[in-house]
Parts: sequence; C-alpha cells; structure tokens
Amino acid sequence: MDFSLTEEQIALKDSLGKFIARDYTFDDRWKVIRSSEGWSRAHWNQLAEIGLMALPVAEADGGLGGGGIDTMVVMEQIGRGLLLEPYLGCAVLPAALIKAAGTEAQRATLSEGLASGETLYAFAHTEPGQRYERAAVAMSAQVSGAGFVLSGKKITVLGGDCADQLLVSAMVSGDTGASLFLVDAKAAGVTRLAYPMQDAQRGADIDFSGVNLGADALIGTRGGAQAAIDYALDVACAALCAESVGVMDELLKQTVEYLKTRKQFGRAIGTNQALQHRAVDMMMHVEMSRSMALEAAVAVDNPDAAARAKAISGAKTIIGQGCRFVGQNAVQLHGGIGVTHELAASHYFKRLTMINVTFGDSDWHLARYGDMLLAAA
Amino acid sequence: MDLRYSSEQQVFENEVREFTLANLDPKAARKVLEGSRLEREDFLTWHRTLHKKGWVGVGWPKTFGGTGWNATQQHIFDEVTADAGAPQLIPFGLRMVAPVIMNFGNKAQQDYHLPKILSGENWWCQGYSEPGAGSDLASVNCKAERVSDPAGDHYVVNGQKTWTTLGQHADWIFCLVRTSSEGRRQEGISFLLIDMKTPGITVRPIIMLDQEHEVNEVWFDNVKVSVENLVGEENKGWTYAKFLLSHERTGIAGVGRCKRIVKRLHNVAKQAKSNGKPLIEDVRFRDRLAQVEIELRALEITLLRVLDAEREKRQPGPEASLLKIKGSEIQQALTELTMIAAGPAALPYVREGEHGAADVEWLSSEAFRYASGHYFNFRKTSIYGGSNEIQRNIITQLVLGL
Ligand SMILES: Cc1cc2nc3c(=O)[nH]c(=O)nc-3n(C[C@H](O)[C@H](O)[C@H](O)COP(=O)(O)OP(=O)(O)OC[C@H]3O[C@@H](n4cnc5c(N)ncnc54)[C@H](O)[C@@H]3O)c2cc1C
Repeated sequence: MDFSLTEEQIALKDSLGKFIARDYTFDDRWKVIRSSEGWSRAHWNQLAEIGLMALPVAEADGGLGGGGIDTMVVMEQIGRGLLLEPYLGCAVLPAALIKAAGTEAQRATLSEGLASGETLYAFAHTEPGQRYERAAVAMSAQVSGAGFVLSGKKITVLGGDCADQLLVSAMVSGDTGASLFLVDAKAAGVTRLAYPMQDAQRGADIDFSGVNLGADALIGTRGGAQAAIDYALDVACAALCAESVGVMDELLKQTVEYLKTRKQFGRAIGTNQALQHRAVDMMMHVEMSRSMALEAAVAVDNPDAAARAKAISGAKTIIGQGCRFVGQNAVQLHGGIGVTHELAASHYFKRLTMINVTFGDSDWHLARYGDMLLAAA
Repeated sequence: MDLRYSSEQQVFENEVREFTLANLDPKAARKVLEGSRLEREDFLTWHRTLHKKGWVGVGWPKTFGGTGWNATQQHIFDEVTADAGAPQLIPFGLRMVAPVIMNFGNKAQQDYHLPKILSGENWWCQGYSEPGAGSDLASVNCKAERVSDPAGDHYVVNGQKTWTTLGQHADWIFCLVRTSSEGRRQEGISFLLIDMKTPGITVRPIIMLDQEHEVNEVWFDNVKVSVENLVGEENKGWTYAKFLLSHERTGIAGVGRCKRIVKRLHNVAKQAKSNGKPLIEDVRFRDRLAQVEIELRALEITLLRVLDAEREKRQPGPEASLLKIKGSEIQQALTELTMIAAGPAALPYVREGEHGAADVEWLSSEAFRYASGHYFNFRKTSIYGGSNEIQRNIITQLVLGL
C-alpha cells in the first residue's frame, strides 16, 4: 500500500493549483462563460504547456505516458477550479480511445496533434433515444467502394462544439460489433448544433448525412471497437470521479465557511446542531468519494477488463450519490442565496449534478455492478 | 370513516373539470404541461376566467366574494385544475394578504383591496425577507418612520427587501417594516401595504439557478406611504405576519401539481427507452417512481386531515409545517426523478429563442427539455416559506415540546 504521490505528480498538482489561483478566479471564469466559445484557447495552450495534453498519450506515441493516478491529480484540480476547457472531452477521452482502438501507425499520427494540444478530438457516441447504453450503436456506416458512407445522429458530444476531428462509433451493415471512424468536423454532410450544457460546459449534437469516408477513416479493426469504447468510457468515468472530488471538496469548504459567517438569530447558523451534522454527512460523502476516485484511478490501468469495469462502476455509484448529497445540501445550507446564479457554490452544485448524469448515473452503475455479480454467480 | 369522495363531491369534481376543460386556454395549458415559463398574462387570463365564474376566491368566505367552499372542495378544485394544466393562482394576493386584510384590515382597506385582488387588477408580492432577515424574520430592518403631515400622516420607508417572487409583475407589495426599535424585536414590526408605483421603489432582478428571472430585490428610498395603508395596529405586524405564514404553509404542499407531474412521469417512463426497453421496465427507476407516488398519497390524506381540522374553525396548527416539509420533499423528488429519466437529455441548456433551441428536436417534444432547469429551480421549495430546518424547529418546539 502506498498512498503517496510521486514528485512529478505533486509538481503537476502544484502548477495547476497555481494556474487556477492566478488565472481562474470566479470572475475570470465568468468572462470565459460569456465568451462566444465558452472556454479559452489561451488557457488551453497554457495547460498544454504544463504538459496536460501529452499526459494521457502513451510514451511510444510521443506523449508522457501518464496513468490513472496522473489523470486523477489533474482532474481533481480541474474540478476545484471548475475549469471550462474541454480537457475530459477533447484530451482524456479521445486519448484513451485512440490508444485502445488505433493501429500502431494510426496511434502515431493521431497522437501528435493530441499531445501538443493543437488538434481537438471528440468522441461522438450517444444517440437520440438512448440513455447510457455503450454497445447500442445505431448510426450506420455503409460500405461504398473501398470506403464508407456515414449516416445518423449523435447527441451531447462533449467538446463536440469545438473539436476538429470526431471519433464516431458506427455499425457497418452486417456487422455485429461497432466500428470507430475518424471524421473531419468540417467534412461535407457533417452539421453540428453547439450549445452550452447546464453547467456552462459546451457540447453539440452532430448530424452525419451521407458523409463519405475513405478506407483509412476506419480506426482499428472493423466491427472490433467495442472493447476500446468500453475502456475509454471507463477512463472517462474515472476522470469524472476525480473531478467530482475536487468539486465536492471545494463546495464543502465554501459551505462550512458560510456556516461560520452567516448569522441568523444573533449567532452563526453553523452553531445549529442540525446543520453541523448535515455538514458532517457531506464531509463523509466527500471522503468516501475520494477513496473511490482512487479505486477508479488505479483500476483504469488494470488489464483485466472485468475487474476494471467493476471498480469503475462501484466508484461512480458512490460518487454519484456523493454528488447528489453534497450538492443538494450545499444549496440548502446557503438558504436563498444558494439558488442564485451569481453564487459560486451554485455553479459547483450544477457541475456535480451534471457529473452524475454523464456516462451513467449512480443507478445505472449500480445496475452494471449488480449485473456483474449476477454473471459471476 | 371514508376516504372516497361523496356523490355530491363527485358532482362538484365533474363540474370543475367540465368548466376547466371548456374555458382553459389550451396554449397556456400546454405551457404548464410541458413546464415552460409562463408570462404574466398567462396567469392573469386564467385568473380572470375564474373570477367571471366566481371561483377565484377559493378559500375565501362568501361575505368577501369568495366561493365559500369547504376544505375538501378546495382540494378537489386544486387537483382538477392542476391536472388539466391550469396556471397556478398566484398566492400572494389571494391566499396571503387577503386573509390578513379580512381579519385585521379596516373596512376601507377591505373595500378597496379585496375586489381588486379578486378581479386580478392588482398583482401582489410579498415583502418579508431581507438580506439579514431570512429564517430570523423578526430581525427585519426596513424602516418606516411616521411623519406628521397636514395632508394626513404618512410613513417614510427606507431599506431593502429581497427574494421577492414575481415582484417584477407586481402592482402592490405587503411589507413587514420596522416602526420601533424598542422592546422585543417582534414588537416593533408593522404591516404596510405599498403601491409599487410609489416614487423611490426600485426592483432589481435576481437570476436563479435555472437562469430565469423569478425573484427580485426591492429597494425603498424615502418612499412615502400614507398611514391609511397600515394594517391593524402599529407595532403589531408580527402577529399578522405569523397568521399569514401558517396559511402559506398549507397552501405550499402542492399536492395537485405533484399528481400532475406523477402522471407525466408515467408517460415518460413508458416512452423513454433505456437499454432498448421502456424505462418503466428498469426496476430501479420503477421503484423510485412507485415510492414517491405512495408518499404523495400519504401526503394527500394528511393534507385532507389537516384541512378537515381547520374546518372546525381551528387555525392551521404547527402540523402545517409537516405539510410544507413533506410537500417540498416530494416536489423535489419528482423533479429529480424526471431529470434522472432524461439521462443525457438532462445535459443541454436550451431555452426558447436561444442557442437554436428549436433545432434540438429530439428534446423539444419531450418532457425532458426543462428537466434539469426544474430540478435546479425546485431546490427553492425546501428553502422558501420558512426553510425545512425552521419547520422542523417549529415541530420540535410546538408539537413535540422538546
Ligand atoms: C425562490 C425563493 C422565493 C422566495 N420568495 C419570497 C417572497 O416572495 N417574499 C419573501 O419575503 N421571501 C421570499 N423568499 C425568502 C425565503 O423565505 C428565505 O430564503 C428563507 O426564509 C430563508 O432565509 P435565508 O435565505 O436568509 O437563509 P438563512 O436564514 O440564512 O438560512 C441558511 C440556512 O441555515 C438554516 N438555518 C437558519 N437558522 C436555523 C436554525 N435556527 N436552525 C436550523 N437551521 C437554521 C436554514 O434552514 C438554511 O438552511 C424566497 C426564497 C426563495 C429561495
């Protein structure tokens, strides 16, 4: 057992912490929200300079070869500062996908722009009428000559608003498993509808109507992308777990501070035992979540896919519940001010709420975990 | 003992349903049913329709132009109209200030204000809370100084109210103001009626979690209010304020509205798919839906019990706090469940006329479109009307004697 971070990890955490303290105050963040892109290229480039984009890319592919714990360290800080730059959608998730699905040559070519932060990728997977299904891909890829024609619709694509290149899951007619295609976001037949998410992050719905693709657009093997999709979504879940710990921890801090400063009936509201105990329960959720974020971070590097999946779903179950409890009670303990858009804590609450409903809420992961128990029985 | 409606009550239920279906503007009903935001006119049109029929003074005695309905009838009316998608009757005039004016106001105030509340001519808002006086309402600090004037005495009001719901639409505000700083804090408070058009009043919007404008700050800068607008006696406002709050708590349970949301959730759970099957087949979701539906039934029977006790001319007791707590919890559970059902559809922030909302066609026809916004918005229900913690304190002290 060793719970300590390496020197590099500590350095990474510190430099990110400094960046947030200096360039990402709540006021700075408002400016970013109000900008037309909804996130900042300048910040993105600064993060790339610290090495964040290269971190999840394998060393063999020109990256830093970071593991689950490295991503955890970064994501926790991102949560603390409530960063809007699409690190999860455009770096962590596509890096995992490319690593797991790409051929050696594809990995090398695609990783370059990814690791430098110059090319933004996004994973287009969820379709209308779906909730969190991972394998139910309806988008069709028709074989046409040596290439394919892509038709269908993807929704709520994280970073889909700004990505240069889209990694799209689709079913080639006749296949039983999904394939993965690389599609230029500006290709003919691709239309995207970008929008802000509830938590001010950005995303898009993307329409593919008869998009012509060459044979080289296929990433990895035809019909064989499902394992890579599962892996990448597990990586994304682990990253969300880590992020939520940063969000929850910060939100708890803000709430406890408020309990100490807000006075009613001539004394701080935090002197009421009912509220003290609520804060304790919040803190317990944060600590259970922190433990499970660790479990998830370690699990993403586990080559045993079943063990990985179980740990990830266990983690996201606990963390979804933590997101809910900590978020709701932070608002409640703030009273009226807690339901306003101008309060920082409200934005933390919204992010927590959205983390729970991204890539499977706590009920969905509990079911996935339970199904694994059943399969083993 | 019988928990069913009597045949007379069933006749009444049918009468309300027929009238509502025949007279409710379908456009407004659609907005209500899909959960989009209502305009001032949407509320007022329905209000006027009911007024014409003589049904707007739901809890009012006949002497003041009310319906004279008993508690069960009021409940039936609430349930049936909510089910049809009728806009809520804004409570600040009808259910809050009106009972205060009836019980403590003078004849002139009754004659002037009550008909205008009934007709919908005057929209009221509630000026209780201040930045420093939320749960601790008795610490209100908005000052009203009495000035003698040959043309008639008046008060000069200075200070700030906040969280004023729909104050942007209001013609009048009822305020708790401080008229004395001597003695117990509760003893220096007065209940003033103020015309929102009076010079010196500024209304500033507060944007809520769902990014909508629902509450306001109201600022008073040397606002001149005639003493004729004082309700009851000076420095006795706390008594009237508490009287009003107990009325607010029974009205706040929202059983009719909850029943409508449950019904919608049934449809959603049949239509939405999870893993290729209707969501209702997902046992976790189904259990949650069943649970909240059962709790709602328990709340409904409890509400009827409390209303029945009130009928015997007893004031709503501290039991009303129970309705407020449970009602708000159920409303929150329902909005949360709708968001959970939405899954990824809970993510986008779409609003009419913005961000190409109309183009997000997979969302536009669904109950999911406003799911997250409602979830965020409804966090208010455990905070306003006296927070659920304060309600628990009331029960602790007044019911359990702890
Ligand atoms: C959407 C919305 C609409 C509203 N509309 C109106 C309106 O139209 N008119 C109006 O006058 N007011 C309105 N209010 C104000 C509302 O009544 C107050 O927000 C409420 O009374 C709480 O006060 P506060 O916000 O100052 O919170 P605080 O009183 O500061 O409370 C903060 C937290 O401390 C807790 N707390 C405080 N004291 C105690 C205690 N002794 N024991 C245990 N816990 C305690 C509270 O429960 C809460 O969790 C509205 C509020 C909201 C959110």
